[in-house]
Formats: sequence, structure tokens, C-alpha cells
Amino acid sequence: MNINEKLATLKYNKDKESHLAVDNDVCMRCNEKVCTYICPANVYEWNEEKCIMTIRYENCLECGACKIACDKKNIIWRYPNCEYGVKYKNG
Amino acid sequence: MENNKVEVIVVGAGPAGVSAAITLARAGKEVLLIERGDCAGDKNIFGGTIYAKQTAEIFPKFWLTGPIERAITEQKIFLLTDYNSTQFSYKYSSKGAYKAFTVNRAKWDKWCCNQAEKEGAYYAPKTLVKELILKDGKVIGIRTEFEEFYSDIVIIADGVNSLLAKQIGLRKDIKDTDVSLSVKEVIKINKEKLEDRFNVDEEDGCACKILGGPLKDKFALGFMYTNKDTISIGYSISLDEIKKYKIKPYELLDELKAHPTISAYIKDGETIEYSSHLIPEGGYKAIPKLYDNGVMIVGDAAMLVNNVHFEGTNLAMLSGKIAAETAIEAINSKDFSASSLSKYYTKLKESIVIKDLKTHKNTIEIIKKNIHTLSSIYPETACEFIEILTEADGIEKKVKYRKFLKDIIKKGVITSSIPLAILAMEKCLKR
Repeated sequence: MNINEKLATLKYNKDKESHLAVDNDVCMRCNEKVCTYICPANVYEWNEEKCIMTIRYENCLECGACKIACDKKNIIWRYPNCEYGVKYKNG
Repeated sequence: MENNKVEVIVVGAGPAGVSAAITLARAGKEVLLIERGDCAGDKNIFGGTIYAKQTAEIFPKFWLTGPIERAITEQKIFLLTDYNSTQFSYKYSSKGAYKAFTVNRAKWDKWCCNQAEKEGAYYAPKTLVKELILKDGKVIGIRTEFEEFYSDIVIIADGVNSLLAKQIGLRKDIKDTDVSLSVKEVIKINKEKLEDRFNVDEEDGCACKILGGPLKDKFALGFMYTNKDTISIGYSISLDEIKKYKIKPYELLDELKAHPTISAYIKDGETIEYSSHLIPEGGYKAIPKLYDNGVMIVGDAAMLVNNVHFEGTNLAMLSGKIAAETAIEAINSKDFSASSLSKYYTKLKESIVIKDLKTHKNTIEIIKKNIHTLSSIYPETACEFIEILTEADGIEKKVKYRKFLKDIIKKGVITSSIPLAILAMEKCLKR
């Protein structure tokens, strides 16, 4: 069961704007890019061509792992505004 | 509620926050319970149980009306090798003396929150607290997206990431060694099949801990819990270990699910929900200062989890209750200063919350140091021993015994043969 199938089991109310942000210049200098593998929802993907971090914030599970694990402390992390984000039914 | 002012604001309607709110409401205090989800429980998951005795102290006889899934009657431990496993279990009767229950947090947290409302707490769901309001070094209220609320005391119960505790400097950045990531799937399965596979009666359930297999050599622990007609399966792993091994958490979950021993339990099931959450696992040494002028911190926000014994919800509830009792005294004496609220920490130290965490202040380090022994060598040795005992294949027993002994000496099982748990317990008692 790949990550997209796992995420498809979830109910989200998607916000129009992202509750997550990074400074792409800092990401460019970051060798490790921990966020690209540590995120349980595969939110972060480095776009080599455009040199930007793609952030699929709408899939975020609001766990906070990315913010803690980022070696550069480069992730601005907050909760989605109320009524938005993931809604668990079976936690 | 006049002019958006109450006696106490509780931020977060998880087990800690609701326990605080209901304790205050029962004492006739004016309390506002704020939750960012549409409903309490919307944002909450766990791989665990609620504990009967401690939960009943907040919600008496909750099993009669609360939405419980199954009463735990078996505690099972799986020691996995790459393909095989040794399992041992403790099975007991729940009749008349419940110990623990599985619950669906979306339903359970909502029910608990309803009880607090019934007892007189104001409840504001769909409300995100942006920040605490401070005046002259005192916390005097909270600011949401749309308005402000004021109170004599704010109880912070906003979970492991606690942005509010961080705002006022009570929490620093969390270290990646002090927190674990947990990923989980809830798998729907025919009820009779579930009861057959786990060998439990109707309404009874099984709690499983899983060591080794795909999780071997990592500071990680797997789990399975039986609900009514679903199985919760997942694992938690220290964040620094994910970084060390560059693990994608969902891929490791699939590996665990595919292990021959585990896959037999969840076969033909349908994953109905995937989820993830952080667990504060820094223990005693990671507990921040838990109070200041007009404010106290409870539950996960206070890092009150005993991961050696898999306890969290009970410590959350107890810390919430103790904070509320401190708030009641403070309201009665009209003293909301840090020195007045320091009684919260004093009482917490006298309770099992801090006592147990202190007992285990070095245990995790011991486990981390010995993780290869625990998660690789023990499962392998246990499986090999049972294989020697039971396998008839024409090879002389003496030859097998010699090889077995030689192997365990080589692996160092002899030198570490005093089980680590006993070693750890001994060390705890000496302190």
C-alpha cells in the first residue's frame, strides 16, 4: 500500500493557503533534506530543476516531525486555521 | 460568560485538557475549554489503551456509557526475527476488574468532552488559539483567529508540539532524541475473524507489543490493538533514528505489516485510516518548567509520557486533574502568581506522574545502548531455542546444543543474559 493509497483513506478539509513554509535558498544549501523522507505524509519534495521545495501542505497530518527534524530549522510550522486540515475518524 | 472573561481557560480538549475542565466545572468554577478541531478527538490518535482505574477517577463507571471498543484481557509480546517469531502473552479474566480498554479516539475524546460540557464547562470547538495574551509578565488570556478571551488562569493542554508553551519560553525547541514519530493504520476486519485470530471472547481484546523484525536494531516499537471490528497496527520510532537510517515512515510500516507473523493477523483486512502523531519520549529530563504567572502546562504539552510502560493518557488525565485542583485553590485565595501555581508541580512530584518518570530517568538510555541485543539477539535466540527443542530432523541433539551455545556466546547473550528489564529495574531502585 503506497503512501498515496494510505493518504486516500483520510478526510481533509483543504485550506486555500499553506500553513507550512520554507526558505528555498536555505533548502538549496541543505544536503540532508530530512523533510523529504521523514514526513509521514510525504509532503515535501525537492524540485531539482526549479530549486524549490514543493510542499503538498494539503496532505499534512499536523504531526510536527518536519519542524523538529529539519537540521537548518528552516520550516515555519503552524497549525492549519480552524476547520481546516486532517480530520481523523478512527484515531 | 461576561465580557469574554472566565476564571480558567483550558486550551486543548484531549485527555489532559478535558480532565482539567471537568474537575473545574465540578467545583463550580467558570471554565472555557477550547479545541481547534471541529470536534474533540478530530486531531487525536494513539496506539494504546485507556486505563480503567485512573480513567474512572475522572469519569466514574465510564465503561457503562462511554464508547469503549474492547476490554483488554491479553497482553502479548512478539519477538520477531526476519521471518519467524516467538510470542509470549499474559492472559487474564476481565470479569469484575477491568484493567484497560481500547477506544476510538475520535469517539472517545468527543464523549469525554460532552461530559465536561454536561458538568457546566463552556466548550468552544473549531477555535484555534493563536497566542497567549500577556500583561506585566502574567498570562491573562488567549487570542484566537477572531477574538480575545480573558481568564485568571490558562491551562495549556495543546499537545506535544505546544506552540503556546514555547511562546512564553516554558518550552524550548524539542530535540529529535526526545520525541518519537508514530504511524498507524486502522484495518477493518470481520468481527468473528478478529476474535478467532486473536483468540479473544466477544468484547474482550488483546494488546500487542512488537520487537524486532523490520524494526530490529532501531529504537522502535511496534504495536497491535484490537478494537470492535478493526485492528490498530503501527509503530513508533525515535526521530533521530529515522534520520540515522533515512527511513520513510510509511514504508517501514508496510514492512511490518508484511512480516509473515503479523500479516496473518491482518490478512483480508481493509485499511480504513492511516494516521501519524508525535509522542514526547524525553522522560524526566525533558520535562519543562510547568507553571508561571497565570499559567500551567499539562499532558503531552508538559512531555508527561512514560514510554517504558507505554503510559500517556493516564498521566495526561492525572496532570490535568492536579492542575485543576491547584487552579481551584488559587481562585479561592485569589492568588494566580507563579508561586501559588507552583503547588501544581509540588503535587505532581508527590504523584505517580513525576515519581515514575524519575524512576525511569535513565532507562531509555540503557535500552538504546542495548537495542541490538533486545531487538535482534533476543528474538533470534528465543526462536533458535524453541526450534532446537521441537525440531526432529535426524541431527544429533548434542551437535545442535553445542552450536546453539557457541552462537549465543559469540553473540554475547551469555554476558547480557541477565534480562535487561531486571538490570534496569535494579538500577532504578538504587537511585
